[in-house]
Amino acid sequence: MDILVCVKQVPDTTEIKIDRETNTLIRAGVPSIVNPFDAFALELGVRLKEKHGGTITILSMGPEQAKAALKECLSVGADKAVLLSDRAFGGSDTLATSYILSSAVKKLGKFDLILCGKQAIDGDTAQVGPEMAEHLGLPQVTYALDIDMKDGDVIVKRETETGYEMIKTKTPAVITVVKTEFEPRYATIKSKMAANKAVIPTITSADIEIDLTRAGLKGSPTKVKKTFTPSVKNSGVKIKEATGAEAAAKLVSLLDEAKLI
Amino acid sequence: MNTFEDYKNLWVYIETEDGAAKSVGLELLNPGRMLADANKEKLVAVVIGQNVEEVAKKAIAYGADEVLLIEGTEYKDYSTDAYANALNKLAIKYKPSVILIGATNNGRDVGPRLSCRLKTGLTADCTALAIDQESGNVAWTRPAFGGNLMATILCPNTRPQIGTVRPGVFKKNEPDYNRNAEIIRENITTPASDIRTTILEVVKTVGENAVNLEEAEIIVSGGRGLGKPENFAIIKGLANALGAAVGASRAAVDAGWIPHAHQVGQTGKTVGPKIYIACGISGAIQHLAGMSSSDTIIAINKDEDAPIFDIADYGLIGDLFEIVPALTEEIKKYKNTK
Repeated sequence: MDILVCVKQVPDTTEIKIDRETNTLIRAGVPSIVNPFDAFALELGVRLKEKHGGTITILSMGPEQAKAALKECLSVGADKAVLLSDRAFGGSDTLATSYILSSAVKKLGKFDLILCGKQAIDGDTAQVGPEMAEHLGLPQVTYALDIDMKDGDVIVKRETETGYEMIKTKTPAVITVVKTEFEPRYATIKSKMAANKAVIPTITSADIEIDLTRAGLKGSPTKVKKTFTPSVKNSGVKIKEATGAEAAAKLVSLLDEAKLI
Repeated sequence: MNTFEDYKNLWVYIETEDGAAKSVGLELLNPGRMLADANKEKLVAVVIGQNVEEVAKKAIAYGADEVLLIEGTEYKDYSTDAYANALNKLAIKYKPSVILIGATNNGRDVGPRLSCRLKTGLTADCTALAIDQESGNVAWTRPAFGGNLMATILCPNTRPQIGTVRPGVFKKNEPDYNRNAEIIRENITTPASDIRTTILEVVKTVGENAVNLEEAEIIVSGGRGLGKPENFAIIKGLANALGAAVGASRAAVDAGWIPHAHQVGQTGKTVGPKIYIACGISGAIQHLAGMSSSDTIIAINKDEDAPIFDIADYGLIGDLFEIVPALTEEIKKYKNTK
């Protein structure tokens, strides 16, 4: 089976700090990583390939530097990678991004499964995967914990608020993946060296059939009006008592006073 | 400039589960009223399911001026294809100006499908809603970068304006079962052949009696400080006394002490309860991203410098093994006296 995994290179948001003087994000020195949910999606893809054979292609939209993330994917089981890069794509919201990516998918060929991380950790929207499915006219299963093939059907273990459900669908389908029990594997020295040597092609708007009025900032229906850092809470009440019982009694009386319980 | 004269009224999609309304849809009738009134529009609830007229009546009690009701066997359980089809056809017919959808798993599954079909903008997982004074558009505010940055988004050139809104951010109105409003039944069907997914099995791993995290008013969470899986018993003890749900940090989940369904944080659930009690959780940014919008945060930790204390309204410095059981007893005592 042929699997496409969509990957985004993102800043490691756990490393981002806020400059409280200027109230802006300190991005300098923040490492760029493969979006963690995309890494989980790739790992599920590699496991399917190991079981059923086939190929794994990585598609990413981003600047030239994103090739570093693509090489990382090649070192942990992907067969080939393609970077989609064009200044005309800059400023795209999820509708425009999913339109561009799905136009590229049509160009790249036929895939049995298209896997995405459930969301990127910078934008946190969880919209690009389902929107790609809509552009491509494919069924979707979101929040996948595991994927298996059985008698030609795709069986997905889908996370719900209270547990999980087993969903059956047919290929081709788009599946978005959450954090699963299958930790992304590590590269070996050998696979890393091979990935470093790989030549990753860049395709642009000229290589795909696309209506550029639906791409980029201008083609995006949502507009960012402003961004700001969340207000810092005033540090709260500190309770430090000699015994646990005293601390607990003090807390309950404070909560009662504040009418919280 | 577009005037969108044809587009009017604010819709709140009332998600159902097992035939009952999920809390978030009823919550959204509250900000929905504010936004609808600001633009002198009707507040319309949209209910889809099988035998869900009670949900429609509930939506009226919680503030809807009108309900659009779609019922059919194909809508008994949620499926992307059937629900996207129903919402899309309904939106084309009625042309709402705004649609609010709860940012649950299914809400975030159908939202992008709908907005993409309608070729309009969708803003994800909003935590604040307002009307932009200059343009009259909805100003959707949402966290990004793991909660490090807030962004306010507009959808100025297309209609409807659609957003998913985080559960627990808004409080439900007091229900008034004497309110009257019209329930309009719409006959929109989805042929079985158009539904390309089948639910084979539904498994609930969060205990039968446990409240689910997204809907919980109080959450008690445990982290690495618990030391071993058996110690979650003291977290559950406090949760039971409070009628709370049990959450966990990534460290506790990764250690295998509790299933991932309980994880709060960037790779787990995003919650916004009235009270969040973090026990033995240091407060890594990825955990804070999932719970910092809680109304009141209580932290119990022996490390005075733990970052969780920076956002805690009440910080208890000390041994959780002493404090948590004592707190459980205090709460029981308190409840008995009330």
